[in-house]
Amino acid sequence: MLEVRSLRKEFGDFVAVDDVTFSLPEQGSLAIVGESGSGKTTTARMIAGLETPSGGTVAVAGAERGPGRPRPRARRARGRRIQMVFQDPYSSLDRHQRVGDAVAEAVALHQDLPAAGRRARVAELLDLVGLDERQARSLPKALSGGQRQRVAIARALAAQPRVLILDEAIAALDVSIQAQILALLARIRADTGTALLFITHDLGAVRHISDDVLVMRAGRVVEHGPVGSVLDAPEDPYTRRLIDSIPKPGWKPRRRGEKAA
Amino acid sequence: MSTEPLLRIDALGIDLPLDGELRTVVHRVDLGIPEGAAVALVGESGSGKSLTARSVLGLLPPGARVHGEVLFAGESVPRMRPERLRAFRATDVAMVFQDPRAHINPARGIGDFLIEGLTTARGVPAAEASRKVTAILREVGIPDAERRMRQRPHELSGGLLQRVMIAAALAAEPRLLLADEPTTALDVTTQEEVMAIIGEARAARGLALLFITHDLELAAAVCDRVAVMYAGTTVEELPADRLRGRASHPYTRALLASRPSVSDIGAQLRSIPGRPLSGFEVPGGCAFGDRCPRARDLCRTDRPEPASVEDGTAACHFPHPLTLEETGRHA
Repeated sequence: MLEVRSLRKEFGDFVAVDDVTFSLPEQGSLAIVGESGSGKTTTARMIAGLETPSGGTVAVAGAERGPGRPRPRARRARGRRIQMVFQDPYSSLDRHQRVGDAVAEAVALHQDLPAAGRRARVAELLDLVGLDERQARSLPKALSGGQRQRVAIARALAAQPRVLILDEAIAALDVSIQAQILALLARIRADTGTALLFITHDLGAVRHISDDVLVMRAGRVVEHGPVGSVLDAPEDPYTRRLIDSIPKPGWKPRRRGEKAA
Repeated sequence: MSTEPLLRIDALGIDLPLDGELRTVVHRVDLGIPEGAAVALVGESGSGKSLTARSVLGLLPPGARVHGEVLFAGESVPRMRPERLRAFRATDVAMVFQDPRAHINPARGIGDFLIEGLTTARGVPAAEASRKVTAILREVGIPDAERRMRQRPHELSGGLLQRVMIAAALAAEPRLLLADEPTTALDVTTQEEVMAIIGEARAARGLALLFITHDLELAAAVCDRVAVMYAGTTVEELPADRLRGRASHPYTRALLASRPSVSDIGAQLRSIPGRPLSGFEVPGGCAFGDRCPRARDLCRTDRPEPASVEDGTAACHFPHPLTLEETGRHA
């Protein structure tokens, strides 16, 4: 479904992403984990077409593209295949637009439907993400962070994407809400067949939502494999360090020396 | 260790002016921190944990009304006069915040920031203050202290800047350190370093800690006791080692079960329905009633008072009973 080969991004002399290669199968779920500066978000933005790669290729459902500016038509086509949800839904929603209208707008953008069909599609999407009629008539500020993130997910799904990229999409939410959104994403994957690409620093969430995980550090992939083997038997010392830093029963914080990166 | 704790919060309530009327945002907080001990205050957004922390410093917003008592070494913080309050904040208690950049003047050097507190509030001579600050910077893992002190905040990473804030807090030689989500904005490996540094500094000084966090696992790992807040109320207070699996309050249990764990293989993630309420949104009855799997009619009409459950307290009409096996294992 998604084939990423030797992806590279330079900002001047700085190499933000260096030789990232992976594939995400149809209905698959892959997580890219790393700390700040690891290049995980830049990788995601290149895949979504928000950033131009300095090298390498991204192929979605067979349509490949490499470095250089995409033509507008190619860009729109990719928009239908890949959608991205960000950390802060409040900044990506129009404050003056009722959230039901925001979803309707996304539907109109991606599907040519008669008015009745569009209304039905909006209702279907709102239902899928667990928002009711009353919430659909609300402005973003009247909703909680978790509800706004549901709106952002509904808008992304309006494009019927093959791949949904979630860039730290649960990081800003309360703990009790994070589990709701993770459950919602698992259901969307099962019901619609959308492949999920998580960009996250949260290895606990990765354990519950992903099949495969790719660990990045300073722009490079240091480990890549099935979630179970990477988290339970990490081969790379940095992966082990990441896992060891996470508070768990019996854990005590220790100084492990300066971060090399 | 005396029997009277260093900090005692007794039935604390806070009303704030919201939209022109006084609304109750903190209903009832009870907790105690013995000299040298570490207590975590855990909660989600709107739970009132940060307001509680601010009330310990006497830093509530204008127009706030406080009920109950906050006692530091037997002295009432809400009743302190302004000059006493200033001295109290300069010498007895120090605070570390989530975002160090918001609490440090970006236009001035790190050294000025660190030394200033000692020279102005405590009258320490500049040369002595400088020596002392250098030593503390080394202690918190900043070996090239002289160079760092000449730098500006924007030249330091978030992790380094948080160490500077910890150094500033330690330089004041307080008896209580108040840390409000000090590692939430940091990477997980940096979080571990910062928590280890706080732990070592506490052990070396016999420093008490009030640790405000949303992370139950982190709270349990670095504190002796944990107080869990929900919608303006401490719903449970218990020893940290009883948190996992043997908490009494349904909210504590639900919060633990809803957090994806990196080590629990095959554990089912259980989400809590609805969303966390803020203190001022709470209807009559139990604040958690609408989201609680154990709620019955009584929970919707009567607000539960905190009551002893084994070696802690829980504000719940139907707390989880500890099984015989659990009680035995604990004893």
